[in-house]
Amino acid sequence: MNDLIKKLVEAYGPSGFEDQMRALIRPEIEPYVDEIRVDPMGNLIGYKKGTGGGLKVMIAAHMDEIGLMVTHITREGFLRFTSIGGVNPQTLLGNRVQFADGITGVVYSDRNTNRSTVFGLEKHYIDVGAADRESCPVPVGAAAGFAREMLVQGERLISKAMDDRIGCVVAIETLKKLGDSPHELYFVFSVQEEVGVRGAQAAANAIHPDVGIALDVTLTGDMHEGVEMAVRLGDGPAIKAKDSGMIAHTGLVQLMKKRAEETGIPYQIEVLTGGSTDARAMQIAGPGCAAGCLSIPCRYVHSQSETVDRRDVEGCVALLTEILRHPIDL
Amino acid sequence: MNELLKQLSEAVGVSGQETDVRLMIKDLIAPHVDEWQVDPMGNLIAIKKGTGAVDLRVMVDAHMDEVGLMVTAVETNGTFKFAPVGGFDDRALLGKVVQVGSKRVPGVIGCQPIHLATTSERQKIVPRSSMRIDIGSADKDGGKGKVAVGDRAAFLTPYEELGRVALGKAFDDRAGCAILIELLRQPPYPFDLVATFTVQEEVGLRGAQAAAFRVQPDVAFILDCTPAYDLPVPPHVDESPNVHLGRGPAVYVMDRSSIQDPRLVSYLLRTAAENDLRVQVRRPGGGGTNTGSIQRTAGGSAVATVSLPGRYLHAPCSMIDLDDYDHMRRLLEAALRGLTPAVLNRES
Amino acid sequence: MNTFELLQTLTETPGPSGFERDIAAVIEKIWQPLVDEIRTDRLGNLIAIKKGSGRRRSGEDLRPRILLAAHMDEIGLMVSRIIDFHGQGFLRVVNLGGVDIRHLYGQRVVVHGRDGDVSRNLKGIIGAPPDSYLPVSRRDKPFDLESLVVDPGMAYDELIRLVSVGDAVTFHQPLLALENNRVAGKALDNRCSVAALTVCLEVLKDRTHAWDVVAIATCQEETRLLGAATTAFELRPDIAIALDVTFGNGPGASDERTLKLDEGPVISFSPDTHPGICQGLKAAAERLEMSVQSEFVNTPGGTDAYAMQVARDGVPTGIIGVALRYMHTMVESINLKDVERTGRLLGEYILHLDGQTLSGLAEGLMSEK
Repeated sequence: MNDLIKKLVEAYGPSGFEDQMRALIRPEIEPYVDEIRVDPMGNLIGYKKGTGGGLKVMIAAHMDEIGLMVTHITREGFLRFTSIGGVNPQTLLGNRVQFADGITGVVYSDRNTNRSTVFGLEKHYIDVGAADRESCPVPVGAAAGFAREMLVQGERLISKAMDDRIGCVVAIETLKKLGDSPHELYFVFSVQEEVGVRGAQAAANAIHPDVGIALDVTLTGDMHEGVEMAVRLGDGPAIKAKDSGMIAHTGLVQLMKKRAEETGIPYQIEVLTGGSTDARAMQIAGPGCAAGCLSIPCRYVHSQSETVDRRDVEGCVALLTEILRHPIDL
Repeated sequence: MNELLKQLSEAVGVSGQETDVRLMIKDLIAPHVDEWQVDPMGNLIAIKKGTGAVDLRVMVDAHMDEVGLMVTAVETNGTFKFAPVGGFDDRALLGKVVQVGSKRVPGVIGCQPIHLATTSERQKIVPRSSMRIDIGSADKDGGKGKVAVGDRAAFLTPYEELGRVALGKAFDDRAGCAILIELLRQPPYPFDLVATFTVQEEVGLRGAQAAAFRVQPDVAFILDCTPAYDLPVPPHVDESPNVHLGRGPAVYVMDRSSIQDPRLVSYLLRTAAENDLRVQVRRPGGGGTNTGSIQRTAGGSAVATVSLPGRYLHAPCSMIDLDDYDHMRRLLEAALRGLTPAVLNRES
Repeated sequence: MNTFELLQTLTETPGPSGFERDIAAVIEKIWQPLVDEIRTDRLGNLIAIKKGSGRRRSGEDLRPRILLAAHMDEIGLMVSRIIDFHGQGFLRVVNLGGVDIRHLYGQRVVVHGRDGDVSRNLKGIIGAPPDSYLPVSRRDKPFDLESLVVDPGMAYDELIRLVSVGDAVTFHQPLLALENNRVAGKALDNRCSVAALTVCLEVLKDRTHAWDVVAIATCQEETRLLGAATTAFELRPDIAIALDVTFGNGPGASDERTLKLDEGPVISFSPDTHPGICQGLKAAAERLEMSVQSEFVNTPGGTDAYAMQVARDGVPTGIIGVALRYMHTMVESINLKDVERTGRLLGEYILHLDGQTLSGLAEGLMSEK
């Protein structure tokens, strides 16, 4: 599984520019689904027929990552940029980014004489080694993602874009393990989640599922003087009760808890006060669906060192597999 | 269900208007005391004759009054402005239910809905001056005369027990009153016991000042409630709570109003240990009780304060521990039964 | 059941956003005798249909239908953490919907037991340490959710057996009768509209009306107008009316931004209302010689109408409601008569819906009135 994770997290794919991700994921799922399609927004949708008597279930993991987009090239050849999704300027200084065509750059900021303040994005730039504006190989409008190799530290996996490639991995691994399911399953590898759960909105409006399950990362409450939260890294997948965008379907939450308890998968209950997932879009699309989310606890979200625990990932795969193999009685 | 505590906590007696509580307590104690009187301030003073074995004049005090509000003006939209009677945290008042005046007319404390508040208003404590009591009256008639300026308002909070804790209003100091009543119901003590149910504690320990002058005790025990701050604080705040709910009555060493008589403090702690009763020493510091008045009013008395810990006192709904209550009652009874002049001997 | 008792039942039954099962069951019982069909959907909306007597539309099996949406969810709290403090158990909570956090200190609550198990319900008080125990940055301010705790007066070991992260917490405040036909309590936003909708169904009970009437007690309005969005999509109404409360005149609420208590239903004129429906409601009030108030709102939003107006290819919408003081507190106050009048007005409006109504609405948009 580590090879697959490494392949996906290191790949390029900021919101709106997910082509390379789609190309990587497609062959991974092709053998395990009955139909595969790409919708007009770019969502990759794998459909797996049910054995009958089940519900229409949409599983969503987003392929996109946060990134930067070039807005202006200075006379000296530095690239000013804006953010794609929630980029924290504190994570940028000295870090490297990659563009779609493989060009890499270094991010730095204008001279900061007051070290106690952090500059906004507008005072940062990307240096791709260009001598001046004219010779700059990157045009305005080009999108960059972070560039960082995955690090394995015991059970911990550390990389950029764990959010939400790790969710994609859970979806892929679940498909591989699943076998028969009574449900009509739509595995959606969604686009543009980081800019407002947009891809999942379009997909859910086309699919109109009965049940929607997002796979995404969540914050943890085990960091030094960090956010107060009951979720800890390594304590198992988190079943979402609420985040700032939605309240999970209580019946689905109960069912997830029950499946975890039946099979002895350690789990936690998540109440997240900042952020939301594709489940928010699925819940309100068309006639609405019972929406929930299985979360992978992750430290340092939206940095280049998003950290997850392999056991949580495996637990998440096991739990999702259990949920999908059995009737979903809400 | 502790019926006595229920009856007393649901009674209304905001400082300066304690009549209902006074009448209730008078009826409760009359069969168990030899004489009682009401002094000019409204303190209820009762004497329970002793066996005469010990020659001491002993006073036990609990205050009858509770914190509340007073109606100060009627607005054109029918709501009432109010002023506090006693000390409050304004944050405790918003959105709470009150009963106004002698007819106990129900009302609510309202303010501007948050949707209409500016961002900066939302980040500030809503001042009392922006809150109103609303009994539903439509114009300046004060609910057809049911409520008038000068009426006092108390919280409307039914007494309730949840396992070993009780919820209710005015445990400060009706819990003290309840314990004092229970002490009076017991067989005679070795000395004449003077029970004072005093007025106006919450507005400056005033009733007890007059009562102590009349009683002139050698020894006085003051029964009160103390706020318990045993609540979770942010992890990096290193503060130990002043008292803990559930760890027994709190014996005072010092507060803002007085330094307790050390002979009585050690006598109380010793008595608790000998009788296997829970007791805790209240963290010395702020706060004041009738002790401050009683200690110094008439030539000085040996005083000791025992308080029942209560969370959210001076708020619409407070919480006490019924085991603490029980241990406090037993501690006081044991202390009274064993009290002799020897306790007051000064060692070397 | 008189209106006070109806509101007592409705407001004292818990139903915070996302946890509407109990309140839906109570409303279902009340509406059952008044309608032809009733069911709850997967999201938790309660959907009741009272059939009309009018002609079915050509080529469809449906009559024209009016959807009446009153959200049944209330603001509340959710357990986010269980704290062990010197052996005592406390709960940290987050808000469900727009709770006015300034009002929480000293409030009594019910913690709904683990996995919705009623036998595990707990009562408690919301408390906070005094300022002197808080970091300087948090003093002299309203208590925030990081300082406030739910205190069930219980040992930690006992507490964790009864409560889990993710459990709902509701406010405990019995409905209070005030002077002047007014009442105060929790969740009057929007159970008073559920009561008004009930009055409307009672008005229609033995009367013939051409249109189908779909009454919905919607879920999760306070968080995201969820139930209205999904049911309006699913049920394809021809007209949709949201019943919701609006700001009542009172302390700190100026005349120009609020409506008066006691002076009748409030008809909203807003981008998310159709002018023809506003006129229709006003005409109904005139027929009843009922005093009504108009509210003019510059931007859409804030009620279920916002979501219903843009369902599928668009729906003509209206908003009607009751003026309410102290919104999103535990002492929300309204006048009972306003509730009854709102129900009667809506009933009168529905009785006059006919085969021409829809074309009238369409023509109205092209005339110069």
